[in-house]
Amino acid sequence: MLTPHALQVHLFLMTTIQSPVTEEIHPDVALVERAKAGDTAAFEQLVRQYERQIFRVAQHITQNREDAEDITQDAFLKAYEKLEQFQGNSKFSTWLVRIAVNESLMRLRKRKTSKTVSMDEDVQTEEGSIPRDFAEWRPNPEQQYNQAELGDILGKTIQGLPPGFRTVFTLRDIENLSTEETAEALGLSVPAVKSRLLRARLQLRERLSRYFRQTKKEGQPA
Amino acid sequence: MTCTDFLGQLTDYFDGQISPELLEEVRSHTASCKHCEVVLDSTTKTISVYRDHQVFEMPNDLQERLHAAIMARCSGRPGC
Repeated sequence: MLTPHALQVHLFLMTTIQSPVTEEIHPDVALVERAKAGDTAAFEQLVRQYERQIFRVAQHITQNREDAEDITQDAFLKAYEKLEQFQGNSKFSTWLVRIAVNESLMRLRKRKTSKTVSMDEDVQTEEGSIPRDFAEWRPNPEQQYNQAELGDILGKTIQGLPPGFRTVFTLRDIENLSTEETAEALGLSVPAVKSRLLRARLQLRERLSRYFRQTKKEGQPA
Repeated sequence: MTCTDFLGQLTDYFDGQISPELLEEVRSHTASCKHCEVVLDSTTKTISVYRDHQVFEMPNDLQERLHAAIMARCSGRPGC
């Protein structure tokens, strides 16, 4: 039998312990539970929420629109079939991105039949990881190019990165996943993500510098 | 802080996970090293230009077509 004081302490502890857990439940959890129970509308809502993101991730990795369309379909179908395996230990979106990344890498492997494509491919290269171009970017890229030109430059430049770097940069910097979520989605350690991210950012910076670097006006010394 | 030390802190700097002491060292280093100042500025712009300009945004008609295809394929599965 608890004394009134002990009961108060017990209730306080229960409240303190339970409240953060309650606050952290992501809205997707309820949708996933409903989808698991056969509610098609709940699954459709999840598809609506993430189809654009999955398409972008797939297109960034494969650099091919038709492949990205197929991968988006396959990733959602696979997610639906494996929904029971999703235990909610990670965010649903991270779990979904991981499926899409694996599907995308498989697609790249099929395309390059003689060469294995994985998260480790080409990431040993040091090319571009040591800054060499120290020209300032002035004016800002948005002031130098119109939207279409800028889109073209950004697309071409990221296409030149090795898949391992391109994927890390896409998830962390374009899709705004946290470093931990990126590591989980790619099956990498956090230090490995940090290392690849640094090199991806520096390589992109180096390549973009060809377009965005300040050029000397005519008549000025180079 | 050397230029190599600066590069080693860059990821934590961008992720906002750098300690106040190291942040001060990064600021002090970039104030005195023009090359690292440029690297910091242009890498910041690299990240922001990609964030602000979705390179592969899905057109609405494609989204509708893809959405319908996904739901049609899922509907063919047991329990959906």
